[in-house]
Amino acid sequence: MSVHEANDDVCVIVAMYNEASTVAAVITALRGSFNRIVCVDDGSSDGCGEIARAAGATVLRHAVNQGQGAALQTGFDYVLRHTDAALVVTFDADGQHVVEDAERMIRTARETQSDVVLASRFTGTSTAMPTARRIVLKAGIRFTQWTAKLEVTDTHNGLRVLNRNALTRIRLTMPRMAYASEFLSAIVPNGLTYVEVPTTVNYTEYSRGKGQSNINAVNILFDLAVRRMRAI
Amino acid sequence: MLIKILLIGGTLAFGFLTLRERQPASHQAIRRIALLVLVPVGVVAVAFPGTTVWAAHLVGVQRGTDLLLYTFVMTFLFTTLACYQRLHQVERHLVTLTRELALRESADQLR
Repeated sequence: MSVHEANDDVCVIVAMYNEASTVAAVITALRGSFNRIVCVDDGSSDGCGEIARAAGATVLRHAVNQGQGAALQTGFDYVLRHTDAALVVTFDADGQHVVEDAERMIRTARETQSDVVLASRFTGTSTAMPTARRIVLKAGIRFTQWTAKLEVTDTHNGLRVLNRNALTRIRLTMPRMAYASEFLSAIVPNGLTYVEVPTTVNYTEYSRGKGQSNINAVNILFDLAVRRMRAI
Repeated sequence: MLIKILLIGGTLAFGFLTLRERQPASHQAIRRIALLVLVPVGVVAVAFPGTTVWAAHLVGVQRGTDLLLYTFVMTFLFTTLACYQRLHQVERHLVTLTRELALRESADQLR
């Protein structure tokens, strides 16, 4: 049995916003291990949707940019409505993840029967992480361990594996990057099981320029605080 | 003293009421009543400037202009928060619509 057939029940979701320069390579790499790749084009204007389609992915298009969390949720809804996939991988379009890590996490999901498999760049080896980024991420981790009651070591890693049970229970509604915390906060209350796997993140010039600026942590905290108040 | 309680209490109440997720229909009614009250009050305040001083003294404020300023700030705060709340709702609807559209398009491709 080839790797392809073994992963036929896996659907990879790639949320992308103006990633024309990297998405083709990312999808080509993914297709080495996975047959089903769904790209959610979050209102891009650089034609990366066409590139992704040409590279062999199914492309869903947001008419208006809605943020990464909304794009991922669209992918989740697609999987639930139109496929029978048992496992879903979320994978960033900027090339910072390694396909072998995704494969390893899928194996972990099958072996442990966990609902969610999370990736951690802090227990794995990450190339050239800027110091400021390390401090901001560490602070975010403390915050999440405290609010989400979760023993994780990395909170904003785009690489995740979810099974269908997790897909039906988690709904991402937060704007911008706050969805990552929302995702983690949904695990324990919904009675989902999780494991964390060490992975690698490649910090390239591109991903650094494209990625989140550290000051955005303020926005994330604000969005989360408002959500708390709304729940009262 | 009375004005301090009114201002601080008002600020907290606005923040709480407008940021809350569930918006009872009575809110809209309250807003409309407030508008109906504010218009005649404004007319009276312009026609008889002395009334603002009288009202200011009622709540423990020295000058009528100060009371006007306080009222203005509170109204502005309320409007801002109400707008924020409304925008938030619209954004949520927009996400739902965009998602539905994307999923419909993909369903058409599958067919």
